[in-house]
Amino acid sequence: MNKVLFFAHLREAVGKDYIEIDAAGKTVAQLKEELQKQYDLPRFESVMTAINEEFCQETDVIREGDEIAFIPPVSGG
Amino acid sequence: MNFAITKEPINVQEVIDKVVDRDAGAINVFIGTVRETTRGRKTLYLIYEAYESMAVKKLEQIGREIRERWPGAKVAITHRIGRLDITDIAVVIAVSTPHRPEAYEASRYAIERIKEMVPIWKKEHWEDGTEWIGDQLEQVPYPSGKPEVKDSDE
Repeated sequence: MNKVLFFAHLREAVGKDYIEIDAAGKTVAQLKEELQKQYDLPRFESVMTAINEEFCQETDVIREGDEIAFIPPVSGG
Repeated sequence: MNFAITKEPINVQEVIDKVVDRDAGAINVFIGTVRETTRGRKTLYLIYEAYESMAVKKLEQIGREIRERWPGAKVAITHRIGRLDITDIAVVIAVSTPHRPEAYEASRYAIERIKEMVPIWKKEHWEDGTEWIGDQLEQVPYPSGKPEVKDSDE
């Protein structure tokens, strides 16, 4: 299983902090496409992805147990 | 614990104390505060949220980048999350270096890096609505899937 985390406007769109799904073997791009179909995720194309707390590429493949987080453009400071 | 995310008001002196160094000739302190008016719109308060574990890692990474670029530097950063009112302190960056110019440069570097790649977000609550702020320049897309800046860890 994989924990998929949502923040900021994505968290509000999904209505949850995280979901648990089986995404092993999928690329980040494939997972994003699936989630986009399932939820209406505004501005999802400008969102970065982190696997296990490191920024990753859309082509990276998700492994069993990986924690995935979608990172909207940040606005700290 | 030189790099922290906190839900409590930040004690500025505590952040400074972390970088005190007998070989330092300067400590530069940056204090980021909540501004009331942005482009003519009045903010009532802000809500900050963070991917806390990753945000701490990314703050640590900024610390490493600074120590590589400015040898002898010590860095401490604390960012507050939760509800912040106008004039509240959102972030404190303290940098000590052997000489003054490097302390200014490293402090500036730290805040710019925070605004680029540390997973913290603010939601503006205005008199007439709310919005998650994408980034400081409104919208920067990241076509490569990550910020297009030097990321020495990767």
